[in-house]
Amino acid sequence: MLLSKTDIIAGLKREILSLEGIGSGRNGHILDLGLGMMNNAFPDFCFPLGSVHEFISNTAEAAAATTGFITGILSGLMKISGVAVWIGSSGSPFPPALKAFGIEPDRVIFVDLRKERDVLWAMEESLKCRGLSAVIGEIPELSFTASRRFQLVVEQSRVTGFILRNHPRSLLPNACVSRWKIEPIPTFTYDDLPGLGFPRWNVELLKIRNGRPGSWQLEWAGEIFQLIPVPSILPEPKRKTG
Amino acid sequence: MAQRFVTIWFRHLKTDWFCRRHPELRNAAFVLAAPDHGRMVITESNPLAQQQGIEPGLVVADARAMVPSLQVFDDDPKLPEKLLDALARWCIRYTNIVAVDPPEGLKLDVTGCAHLWGGEKKYIRDINLQLKTLGYDVRAVIADTIGAAWALAHYGDISPVIEPGEHRKALLLLPVSALRLETILIERLQKLGLRQIKNIIGMPQSAMVRRFGPELMHKLAQALGHDEEILHPVFPAEPYRERLPCLEPIVTSTGIEIALQRLLDVMSLRLQKENKGIRKAVFTGYRIDGKIEKIEIGTHRATFNSIHLFKLFEIKIATIEPALGIDLFMLEALKTEKLSPRQEILWETASGLQDIGLSELMDRLTNRFGPEYIHRYVPAEHHWPERSFRQASSLHETTESLWKADRPRPLQLLSKPQPVEVTAPIPDYPPMLFRFQGKLHTIKKADGPERIEKEWWIEEGLHRDYYAVEDEDGKRYWIFRSGHYSEDMIPQWFIHGFFA
Repeated sequence: MLLSKTDIIAGLKREILSLEGIGSGRNGHILDLGLGMMNNAFPDFCFPLGSVHEFISNTAEAAAATTGFITGILSGLMKISGVAVWIGSSGSPFPPALKAFGIEPDRVIFVDLRKERDVLWAMEESLKCRGLSAVIGEIPELSFTASRRFQLVVEQSRVTGFILRNHPRSLLPNACVSRWKIEPIPTFTYDDLPGLGFPRWNVELLKIRNGRPGSWQLEWAGEIFQLIPVPSILPEPKRKTG
Repeated sequence: MAQRFVTIWFRHLKTDWFCRRHPELRNAAFVLAAPDHGRMVITESNPLAQQQGIEPGLVVADARAMVPSLQVFDDDPKLPEKLLDALARWCIRYTNIVAVDPPEGLKLDVTGCAHLWGGEKKYIRDINLQLKTLGYDVRAVIADTIGAAWALAHYGDISPVIEPGEHRKALLLLPVSALRLETILIERLQKLGLRQIKNIIGMPQSAMVRRFGPELMHKLAQALGHDEEILHPVFPAEPYRERLPCLEPIVTSTGIEIALQRLLDVMSLRLQKENKGIRKAVFTGYRIDGKIEKIEIGTHRATFNSIHLFKLFEIKIATIEPALGIDLFMLEALKTEKLSPRQEILWETASGLQDIGLSELMDRLTNRFGPEYIHRYVPAEHHWPERSFRQASSLHETTESLWKADRPRPLQLLSKPQPVEVTAPIPDYPPMLFRFQGKLHTIKKADGPERIEKEWWIEEGLHRDYYAVEDEDGKRYWIFRSGHYSEDMIPQWFIHGFFA
């Protein structure tokens, strides 16, 4: 027997995941986004691409931090095939600032829509477009139906979707693969040098399908993510038996 | 293929139109008059008035004396032009190439059209009949040249269909005025006894040119088909136009969709052959009540993909109002472009901004929401934050300048800086505290100042001293002081954005 038992199980697990609509990107290409230890939380040890992620932020500062985290992930995604669509109200984000997170701002197409109906339509249409690496949509109130539609679309197109939910009124369950919450935390400078250090965030993964939720502290070190060693993954919940 | 032309002569264009507007005038004698040297002179009279001896050129007062019941209306010198233009547009159902022939005619190039009506006789009869139903008294003649058709429409009283090659014979007996000559020339010819075309047709050309100038021989050559006559169509020749006449008026959206689909298929097949793509197209429905319904689309990249084009039109089909029905559909490519060869090679595999799927997505978004909602930005050479980027004109525009990342810029920029209260040590230190939206923030770390001038050559105003600051919770802000510290003025502080 050439394949060991663990290999077979790993292969089967991957197959199940792909059936569940969680893929590791197009053509099985595995992408390292530099998330390090955080990958342990994800199914198949890889940030789930070709699925829809949901980000909760309750303050303007948290929204900016969330944008930063997404932009960091996006810079990794856009290295393969580079264009993203950003759907939301006008004025956010500030295009020149994207450059600091490794994105050429002219490779992002901004769609400024006010009505929720229009945003949902544009988001779904964009997610259908295979040529995009990611679609970011600002949708404060996301219904189960809408999230399910998005998830079904991306299972076909393998585009990664990010949904920014600023000041959501309710957090009902939906079909997104994960739910995140990102808050800014104080930066660090060596030897108490004056000025600000690299942006740092407290990243909370509240929910992830087939993975383990957790909480990390993360820094955007100029070009890549850097995990700050703090106690991380929560213990796996005990399964009920019988 | 031999060319065939139709000229339509509206014998009473203006009076017929007045009858159409005011049906009660149909059985009354009336004239149109315009002021001339301080008196009202008749410019046109309807057939009933003419029967009673009222001809154009008569003074209204005299005419009234002859026929007391005569009605007089003001003449509008611009009316024939307007009417002919509208009628030319109406004639699009007979041919693509229609030109106006002021003051009272239309010229149609009908090469290869008549067989659709089952022959030239039926074609001419249909034109006559349809215009008659509209209330116009017309004479239409089909011939090999425009000149011959015009002459026979105005002066001939034989069959309106002049068979190919027969026009020379038909012209012989007509008076010289049938050649569309100036009045002075006609008078001179008549004085010399050259009354009919057959009198001049055999004359040596050089002698005629010497005596009467080149105009006469030119017109004669045009009528005989030796010289070409140029038409200026009302619809400029659009190379990409497809038409679909319907047997029954279409009133449902399904019907419109089918018509659109058919036209797109034909068009895309043709474009594909010629290696071209649509950038702008318009789909027009001609309603039976004479109104025209239009929807227009644009694309970011030339395409002949009929499925994609259909999707773009589909969103707008709902805006078409068929009313009593649409009997003619027309699809027209207003702007076409040659497809770039690279596009074909990398048909499916191209990625990034060159991606076909992306430009199709952009088309769908633009057609639904409008171009003003979709933006792509390129760097602009300005330091002032609000001006540091500008909108790109297309998906492919690139600039020489690069995006700068050497200075901290916030990911979320407030569209308008909001005033904050600060406590700051003087003169150029970052503030220690600031209050924003009622919450007090103690500043722990700060970067700055970065002074940005307001580019006085664009706009006058105070400079800004920007600080990137972090409060005790680790939240990061971009705040600035507007202007210098001075003794008589306390500078105002603003918050302008949130760092990630």
